[in-house]
Amino acid sequence: MSEDNLVEIAELHFAYGARPILKGINLRIPRGKVVAIMGGSGSGKTTLLKLIAGQLKPLRGGVKVDGEIVHELDHNGLYRVRRKMGMLFQFGALFTDISVFDNVAFPLREQTDLPESIIRDLVLMKLHAVGLRGAHELMPNELSGGMARRVALARAIALDPSLIMYDEPFTGLDPISLGVIGNLIRRLNDALGATSVVVTHDIQESVKIIDYIYLTAKGQIVAQGSPQELLDSSDPLVHQFFHGEPDGPSPFHYPGKNYADDLGLKAAHG
Amino acid sequence: MVDGLLDWFRLIGAKTINAVWRIGSGTRFLFLILFHSGLSFRRFGLTIRKIFFSGVLSTIIIVVSGLFVGMVLALQGYETLQVYGSEEKLGVLVALSLLRELGPVVSGLLFASRAGSAITAEIGLMKATEQLSAMDIMAVNPIGRVVAPHFWGGVISMPILATIFSAMGIFGAYLIGVVLIGVDVGAFWSQMQAAVDFRYDIVNSLIKSFVFGVAVTAIATYEGFDAAPTAEGVSGATARTVVTSSLVILALDLMLTAFMMRGWN
Repeated sequence: MSEDNLVEIAELHFAYGARPILKGINLRIPRGKVVAIMGGSGSGKTTLLKLIAGQLKPLRGGVKVDGEIVHELDHNGLYRVRRKMGMLFQFGALFTDISVFDNVAFPLREQTDLPESIIRDLVLMKLHAVGLRGAHELMPNELSGGMARRVALARAIALDPSLIMYDEPFTGLDPISLGVIGNLIRRLNDALGATSVVVTHDIQESVKIIDYIYLTAKGQIVAQGSPQELLDSSDPLVHQFFHGEPDGPSPFHYPGKNYADDLGLKAAHG
Repeated sequence: MVDGLLDWFRLIGAKTINAVWRIGSGTRFLFLILFHSGLSFRRFGLTIRKIFFSGVLSTIIIVVSGLFVGMVLALQGYETLQVYGSEEKLGVLVALSLLRELGPVVSGLLFASRAGSAITAEIGLMKATEQLSAMDIMAVNPIGRVVAPHFWGGVISMPILATIFSAMGIFGAYLIGVVLIGVDVGAFWSQMQAAVDFRYDIVNSLIKSFVFGVAVTAIATYEGFDAAPTAEGVSGATARTVVTSSLVILALDLMLTAFMMRGWN
């Protein structure tokens, strides 16, 4: 493993039961970079994040995080690696029975023996970084979708992780919140000296902040490169994805029987 | 005809395998809870919060139900006892009925409906909204941090609730029997005191309610943790908690009563 890569994935295969999801994924995530994993819905992007975090075990191949093969670690080893990770879930996954302050304080209280006065300062600093210091007394049900995402981001960076993972961070946000989250991903990555993996299919917002993109389809990496390289690509699938064309190599229709047969037209004519 | 019969056998087989698999998986889950219970006692505040969630919030339904069950028992008991001229035994009848059977069993059933379903719904929704996943990513074990405090909160609450139920039932019987009907107050209390045995009646009542508490909270936490992360999955898990817990309470009651009976050869 190269010292320059925080995450390395080699020949990764994964299936839910008999349904294969990932079929030989290879990718590298260099330290300090913001890397996007893009692809249509159901292409296995979130599954890939769960494999990086060690929440799923691969069928074949493996994921190395900071030099350690994640699926070979025991419970304690896995939790040791996870302390270097932060993750922003698609809808925040805030703990709904505790306040914004307590949500951000949660990993600090669970993982450190810091006195409450220092935890308070750290929490307020993290909330300040996402612009929500003034909202620390609110409960999660009093937050908008964008605010919840920012609180979850503050919680994800509470322990200054070296790897931050984002699962669809732009889904369902208004244009202003979208810009705020996009800006925060880039700014926090650079300020913390972290490495970020962003699973998304939002092209407009992500190309502004991303260093490198992997495009997945049918469980494989089908293209990779800088945002500009992929935007300019003449590959039909890449072109279809990046220009939002409804039909192409990725078909509009789910595979099925012949349309005329399904409507019984052949029988009627015959 | 033969195909239909084969399908029926296949269905029975599949359901049997599924039931055995769930019993095994549930037992393994119970051992996992016990293994990860350290935090529930080191940071007892977590368990206290769950005692409030399962126990304190169930108190109203337990108090009201206990009162009404005791009142009805007094009315029915007086009706029967007066035929034999034994009205003064009303206190004994009510106390023994409540301590030996109705207290643990009815409060167990109420606990399963009120607290068991709430535990399943909370854990199931935490799973559906990825809160458990988020905790796991933060290197915090959700079984130790969320499930085990719920389990111990329920196990501690259940005997207390059953005791409150029996006490309220006896108070309800006193109101009907002594205050309303006019049974002699001295006979009501003194005969009850003479007939109730601490080891045989009170301790056995506590043992029963403790066992029911373990069963209900183990089922409730397992169903919540195992629920499909959808609205339908959580509602199905909640319903299964109430049904399974109720049947398990009744089955355990039969077994425990058989073991606890004196003079049964």
